Amino acid sequence: MLGRLTWDAIPFNEPIAMAAGGGAGLAVLIVLAIITKNGWWPYLWKEWLTSVDHKRIGIMYTLLALIMLLRGFTDAIMMRSQQAIAIGGAEGYLPPDHYNQIFSAHGAIMIFFVAMPFVVGLMNFVVPLQLGVRDVAFPVLNSVSFWLTASGSLLINLSLVIGNFARTGWLVYPPLSELAYSPDVGVDYYLWSLQISGVGTLLAGINMVSTILKLRAPGMIYFRMPVFCWTALASNMLIIAAFPILTATLAMLLFDRYLGMHFFTNDAGGSAMMYVNLIWAWGHPEVYILVLPVFGVFSEVIATFSGKALFGYRSMVLATLAICVLSFMVWLHHFFTMGASADVNAFFGIMSMVIAVPTGVKVFNWLFTLFHGRVRFKPPLLWSIGFMVTFVIGGMTGVLLAVPPVDFVLHNSVFLVAHFHNVIIGGVVFGLMAGYNYWFPKAFGFTLHEGWGKASFWCWFIGFYLAFMPLYALGLMGMTRRLQHISDPDWRPLLLVAELGAIVIFCGILCQIVQLYVSIRTREHRRDLTGDPWNGRTLEWATSSPPPSYNFAVMPQVDEIDAFWEMKRKGAVAARSGYETPGYETFEMPRNSPIGFITAFFAVMIGFAGIWHIWWMAILGFLAAVVSAAVFGWSEHREFEISAAEIERMEQARLAGGGAA
Amino acid sequence: MTDTIFPAAARTELVPGRGGGGPASTRTVVAYGFWIFLLSDIIMFSGLFAAYAVLSGNTADGPTGRELFNLRSAFIETAFLLVSSYTCGLGALSAEQQRRDRFYLFAALTFILGAAFLFIELTEFAGMVHEGAGPSRSAFLSSFFTLVGMHGAHVTSGLLWLVYMVAQVAVKGLRPHVLRRLLCFSLFWHALDIVWVGVFTMVYLMGIR
Repeated sequence: MLGRLTWDAIPFNEPIAMAAGGGAGLAVLIVLAIITKNGWWPYLWKEWLTSVDHKRIGIMYTLLALIMLLRGFTDAIMMRSQQAIAIGGAEGYLPPDHYNQIFSAHGAIMIFFVAMPFVVGLMNFVVPLQLGVRDVAFPVLNSVSFWLTASGSLLINLSLVIGNFARTGWLVYPPLSELAYSPDVGVDYYLWSLQISGVGTLLAGINMVSTILKLRAPGMIYFRMPVFCWTALASNMLIIAAFPILTATLAMLLFDRYLGMHFFTNDAGGSAMMYVNLIWAWGHPEVYILVLPVFGVFSEVIATFSGKALFGYRSMVLATLAICVLSFMVWLHHFFTMGASADVNAFFGIMSMVIAVPTGVKVFNWLFTLFHGRVRFKPPLLWSIGFMVTFVIGGMTGVLLAVPPVDFVLHNSVFLVAHFHNVIIGGVVFGLMAGYNYWFPKAFGFTLHEGWGKASFWCWFIGFYLAFMPLYALGLMGMTRRLQHISDPDWRPLLLVAELGAIVIFCGILCQIVQLYVSIRTREHRRDLTGDPWNGRTLEWATSSPPPSYNFAVMPQVDEIDAFWEMKRKGAVAARSGYETPGYETFEMPRNSPIGFITAFFAVMIGFAGIWHIWWMAILGFLAAVVSAAVFGWSEHREFEISAAEIERMEQARLAGGGAA
Repeated sequence: MTDTIFPAAARTELVPGRGGGGPASTRTVVAYGFWIFLLSDIIMFSGLFAAYAVLSGNTADGPTGRELFNLRSAFIETAFLLVSSYTCGLGALSAEQQRRDRFYLFAALTFILGAAFLFIELTEFAGMVHEGAGPSRSAFLSSFFTLVGMHGAHVTSGLLWLVYMVAQVAVKGLRPHVLRRLLCFSLFWHALDIVWVGVFTMVYLMGIR
């Protein structure tokens, strides 16, 4: 009846897992209770859960990422503490089995459920506004994408209390992840949650590319698009080209585990190295899926806070597209030790180094943008400068690792761990934080507290160096990654420094929570009435903060690269009425739809049933999903019309109440 | 500065959805988005093709493609699927011309040909499993069944979608939003042909040597 699911699946005898799972469950229950007590369900359902507004979906993505960041960071600090304690004779507090689950969950969660939803969320929120349009190409599909991602993260968190998680590392390499060596549900949790959220990401990518290529305000030719839109385009093209490979690869592993196939098994002709090749054919582009959009964030932030147009717009675009193409030509550098010939390794080594060239172009462009600018050191700019310093170091260690003989020495060492945290924290996370501080006032209508923002930056920045520079040294000293116990006591001092770094980063996260709390409490004093708190250059600042559901009452006409800056310069905008003076026209907006939430419900049902081999439930979920898709597919009136008179009324009310300033 | 890349002549031609012409029409956006989806689907198949290329020699002392494949039935399958694409195209044209009866006729032909394709494929699969050459026999057979079976699963969902579209046409008529969905369906059906041409070449023609 319930497949493999029995009471044994609940880890009653593991106090740490029970406390963590119990705590998380309790937090969820408290939130649900508060919502119920205040009667917020109708509002939540109508305005958020069924919303197809790209801004709200973007905000929900970001919220999901921030919550999962807490989970992923908890895993991180537990690992750092274990390594700081379990040295020499000491055993530490995490048994090997639990420790292995934690490092696997940390990697999977940080990439798939923190970095990805954060990046996708920012793109979702910002890109249509920057393009000067009213929504994405497929608003309902957008909601489906978000809810599939949320389903995946729900499943991966269920593994905390029901069953267990993979002990295989974040990419579940076979043959360890095959049924023969990982017979329980850990790997299945990984596979199902990633398949479900991966489909969501793919659909989001299709949506975003269609939006950027087919829906832009009049006059916005490609070479007038903001750089963030360009990087979003490149990133989403990579999603379309790379995520199907992930889907195919994980499907093969699923078939091995569920149908007894032999893609990656040790016997019957399977090839584990084929998995490693395929997973990195997705995995390396994935790095650029994450980092390209934040390059776009830095470009926007640095131009805005320097009060200058971005230096070398054209070269920035070309560098972005060059990285986009090159990212598919380097995957083998993740396993130089596979045993490919020297020529093959040399090719991939050189290609990896070549990527440093367009990236270098970008760094110089940012520096020249700052040069002779009127630089304002607000939190988003601090994150950007911190990024430039840190990311260049990460890039240089990357070029070191791209030399195959060096890689043979450093492969699987904590030098590698230091390198990829160097580029992912120093690049992606810093960029996401810059974007969060930069666009928060646009999303909510008030700015974030500057002092706490700066404090959080400095904690993250210093904490990062303390936590990861020691790992470079330890890696060179021969420490391999994923050690549950360290036998060489000479490594203790550096490991303690790394632990201290993790604690300082934790302070940074606390500062961010305080920043959010303080900003909400004092929001009346920090309202953004102009819609343009930073003296911005691109179209998202041309509408009010927060923007109306339709973004722009009249679609803006674009004549230059920095469209809004040009409007302000020409004085066509008494603040921002340039687009409001012409007469209003009737337009259509998409209706809200519960199909995203329904799809997610059945996706969780199918995934959970698949993990625990509850076949009747899987079939039921599948049929229900097909039926709901068919019912939705039959519907016609997915849009509603807003008449010109209605818009005029709404605009007047908004401008009178909000900030006609 | 932009003149070098966008000559003035091209810029003044303001077609919606292109250059500076503002947002494209719904029909264009829907077809375009679906094209990109198909592209991603073909990339998913490319992963399976790559796996098949790597593993096709790894028979683990089991049967090889040469022993298992029947070129004649594969050829008939191919013919059915290619002709079904032709009838699907005729059906799409009839729909565009608002000729409902002809649309039903061609939809029925497409369905029959697709179902015949699927029947032959499943018969082949059943025969192989019966002979002990099922997907768990060797890595070669795992990749064969996954690649060909994934295509078959696509054909199956295509057939279900076709029935659903005929129902929509019957109830709602050939209205613009139904035509848009029909356009997507026919793109999907043609894409399955493209993938099958790859399967026929790589699996059957090259496997029989």
